[in-house]
Amino acid sequence: MQSTTFHFLASIMSSSSRHAGMGNLSQDEAIEGLKKLLIHSDKDEQLNKELETKIEKLISDLLGTTPHDCHPVKRILGGFQSFKTTKFDMYPELFSELAEHQTPKFLVFACCDSRVSPSNILDFQPGEAFVFRNIGNLVPPFNQLRYSGVGAAIEYAVVKLNVENILVIGHSRCGGIDRLMSLPEDGSTANDCIDDWVQIGLPAKAKVKAEFGHLPLDEQKRECEKEAVNLSLTNLQTYPYVRERMARKALALRGGYYDFVEGCFKLWEVKSIITTPIHS
Amino acid sequence: MKQRFLSFKKNKYMKDLELYEKLATGQTPKFMVIACADSRVCPSSVLGFQPGEAFVVRNVANMVPPYENGPTETNAALEFAVNSLKVENILVIGHSRCGGIRALMSMHDDVEPSGLIGSWVSVGMNARVKTKAATHLLNFDQQCKHCEKESVNCSLVNLLSYPWVEEKVRNGELNIHGGYYDFVDCSFEKWTLYKENNLRDESGKVAVKDRAFWF
Repeated sequence: MQSTTFHFLASIMSSSSRHAGMGNLSQDEAIEGLKKLLIHSDKDEQLNKELETKIEKLISDLLGTTPHDCHPVKRILGGFQSFKTTKFDMYPELFSELAEHQTPKFLVFACCDSRVSPSNILDFQPGEAFVFRNIGNLVPPFNQLRYSGVGAAIEYAVVKLNVENILVIGHSRCGGIDRLMSLPEDGSTANDCIDDWVQIGLPAKAKVKAEFGHLPLDEQKRECEKEAVNLSLTNLQTYPYVRERMARKALALRGGYYDFVEGCFKLWEVKSIITTPIHS
Repeated sequence: MKQRFLSFKKNKYMKDLELYEKLATGQTPKFMVIACADSRVCPSSVLGFQPGEAFVVRNVANMVPPYENGPTETNAALEFAVNSLKVENILVIGHSRCGGIRALMSMHDDVEPSGLIGSWVSVGMNARVKTKAATHLLNFDQQCKHCEKESVNCSLVNLLSYPWVEEKVRNGELNIHGGYYDFVDCSFEKWTLYKENNLRDESGKVAVKDRAFWF
């Protein structure tokens, strides 16, 4: 029995590492094979069920896959139930206060990328940060005719919610910046909406090309991910209410860069300095 | 901020290095979520989405403008998620006490919307009209609540105005769901758009199925 079990496990490992082994089995065949070996109908039903779950988990851990395709509704329900029991019900005072109003201290701009949720990487709790997420975490300059989506978020957060900090977070391997850096020079577009949006970042691309054009494209993209944050910080200052609050030091602007390849986070601040007279 | 990141690194990143190494090479989320920027309704918190699971757009009042409005940041994200990442589900989540919806409901009839907030939330004008018609006997707070849900439906209908979205829904490759998170009594309502041949009938009404209410 042990050697047969080993055979099944070896098949799974060799099929997962994709080299030809003897009698490669598919993942499903291997799971079924193991189940037949280890689960006996004369055993307790509950025990068999537990054994079945453990086998599927073991195989998925070995292969680094999830045991079933995630059913979307179950996934959403499970997530909500977990939140309700571990957070909402545990802190009733906080949540009843939040139900009345929100007073976040941060407005955060982050990318839509599934790997860079600010709540995950910077542990923002409910009520702490008003978060706007778009492709490439880009902030366009103030424009009363276009980009009202971004403008509405800034106006709401700064004027209505009186946030004290704005944080723009860029990140590694950003698809939006990748598209910006890959935009054809002749101005042709393959994707109407994406290309129209990422063109906001063209000044950052120009700067990177001028300073780092000698580097390989991948490194230029890394630089552009950071430069785009700086561009967004500059554009933020074209919004009158942002400028006004910065002037009286009621609002601070910061940039951040989350590198999930290296596992590090950089943070910097916008400061304006008026020097002492340089000529008298 | 430093403490927060280092805590994430120690308690999550380092404990699951394999996952993060895999994610570093590419993302394959199954969900695209459109949620409000409101600080109380982060989908990662409320629905427990982990890194890699959901491509998240957040804007004021979780609105999706229709295709006819032209390029915006929301439909750029939609194009990327559906065509490049090939997500299988889109979930639009509304919520209680939404400031954006309140602004929409507070607008005066026949007056041009003022400011950028007004310009943006006008995307939801259909929802406001339907709400006013259906709830004229209710008080303002109750009307806003109705509009919060109606606006989700409005966004779902607008999603179908994008040809590449409608095609995938028709082929069964993409499911569209609406959700409503009420943080006053901590409940979550969800529903799924009915995918049959007549997704949008003549009157513009949308058929829904699998409505559920969790509390």
